[in-house]
Amino acid sequence: MHYSALQILKQGLTGNKGWKPVWREPKPKSAYDFIIVGGGGHGLATAYYLAEEFKQANIAVLEKGWIGSGNVGRNTTIVRSNYLLPENTPFYEMSLKLWENLEQDFNYNAMMSQRGILNLFHSDGERDAAARRGNAMVLSDADAVLLDREGVRKMCPFLDFDNERFPIKGGLLQPRAGTARHDAVAWGYARGADRCGVDIIQNCEVTGFQIENGVCSGVETTKGNIKANKVGVCVAGSSSRVMALAGMRLPIETHVLQAFVTEGLKPVIPGVVTFGAGHLYISQSDKGGLVFGGDIDKYNSYAQRGNLPVIEHVAEEMMAMMPMLGRARLLRSWGGVMDMSMDGSPFIDKTHIGGLYFNGGWCYGGFKATPASGMCYAHLLATDTPHPNATAFRLDRFRHGIIIDEKGQGAQPNQH
Amino acid sequence: MIINHPLLGPRDSSEFYHLGDATLINRPDPDAADAAEQFYEYVYIRDDPAGEYRELWYHEQGDRSWLVVTRNTLTHEISSVELARDVARRQGK
Ligand SMILES: Cc1cc2nc3c(=O)[nH]c(=O)nc-3n(C[C@H](O)[C@H](O)[C@H](O)COP(=O)(O)OP(=O)(O)OC[C@H]3O[C@@H](n4cnc5c(N)ncnc54)[C@H](O)[C@@H]3O)c2cc1C
Repeated sequence: MHYSALQILKQGLTGNKGWKPVWREPKPKSAYDFIIVGGGGHGLATAYYLAEEFKQANIAVLEKGWIGSGNVGRNTTIVRSNYLLPENTPFYEMSLKLWENLEQDFNYNAMMSQRGILNLFHSDGERDAAARRGNAMVLSDADAVLLDREGVRKMCPFLDFDNERFPIKGGLLQPRAGTARHDAVAWGYARGADRCGVDIIQNCEVTGFQIENGVCSGVETTKGNIKANKVGVCVAGSSSRVMALAGMRLPIETHVLQAFVTEGLKPVIPGVVTFGAGHLYISQSDKGGLVFGGDIDKYNSYAQRGNLPVIEHVAEEMMAMMPMLGRARLLRSWGGVMDMSMDGSPFIDKTHIGGLYFNGGWCYGGFKATPASGMCYAHLLATDTPHPNATAFRLDRFRHGIIIDEKGQGAQPNQH
Repeated sequence: MIINHPLLGPRDSSEFYHLGDATLINRPDPDAADAAEQFYEYVYIRDDPAGEYRELWYHEQGDRSWLVVTRNTLTHEISSVELARDVARRQGK
């Protein structure tokens, strides 16, 4: 069923009896051409573009829980393309362009809202870095505006302009950045894929790979063995665990990232604002809750919950940036596990095992990448060649010294 | 999380800096024939287990000793804390 204003009217006049489930719940077949492991944003987007863009058929997505139960349903929904390095910029700008047309493309309301992201800076050195990043963005076809202190004050008069320790000197604004409704992104891709005939199989955990003579011919799951010509793993925070089933060790550590939401408030924050003297990003959801987060907890973790020091730290940064929020009450906090790579950049690549492909290492910035990751992974799975915008995301880049260290932190995953 | 420091007793984990896998104690021999391969694995490749994990913590805001902490990455439960110095000595370093 195509969703439209007319459809709402029609259904409204006929007692809303005609709505159908948004996707089927099929039993797994014994064999597929393509199996995507992981029904998060990236897995569902991959299946969707494989079918819709690359015209492939006989595709299944296997998800161990329910779709969207992983990071796609836990993130702070920031979408942006403000990258610096030439290996990253075309990929993330491609992603933002796909976001801009996503809802029309998959016929679902993902509440994509280009309300802008403002990265504050507090020193002359930070201003130089922001100017450099802004120039790199403009060169890669993205948009960037360098605001001075008065420009920031006009946009966000509520910031603490009297803070002596972290004076606000200006900000780098990307007007086309924004937020999207995270769950709806998963649901929209799932529905789009389902409409193209993709089988979305929930509660189906992959527990092993059938590998013989260096070739993967299928997967073992909690719903039985399933054959496949090509298996694309796309499990984000479970990357190390799942690839270990294929005997692989990765340049990845798994860490927990927390996020927070306050009770609903009247509109107070126009877009996404980030603090430059620490790590804090905050925006306001359409329901009114302030959605914010900071650093990862910095120790390896597979528990989808974090500890109190990060909460304290994030609250202190919030008070340094927006003292008006001191009385906002926290409604909920939660955590998700991140596939933190050794250089902070992702992988979209074949493995050394025939028929087995890997997509991961998204760290805590993979939501914005969802459309481009799906498109590029589908390209790789369908054609066996990398998409031109994803050629650098190789698994063997550390062996060859061609790392993509956006922050210049070195091989220390908890610092990216 | 509370880390039970062998010399100082229970300390809050926020006093520490987390470096990573305790295998980092075993720096490869730079003169080995396959040193490049060994260093590639040492620097970049990890087991990253879900479960028991031995890791290096640095008591940055304390006595600045290095510790080897055995912790479960699924529950955050800490089962043993040793001075990294003792661990390294035991390994003949
Ligand atoms: C708190 C938090 C805030 C974040 N904020 C942002 C942000 O503002 N902007 C941004 O761009 N990114 C953000 N991220 C990062 C982003 O959410 C992730 O990088 C991205 O969602 C990862 O891709 P995914 O959607 O495919 O992952 P997931 O949704 O985690 O999908 C992976 C799926 O694989 C499934 N799976 C695992 N093992 C198996 C198995 N053995 N068999 C079958 N299925 C399996 C899991 O159940 C899961 O559903 C944030 C993350 C968190 C946790």
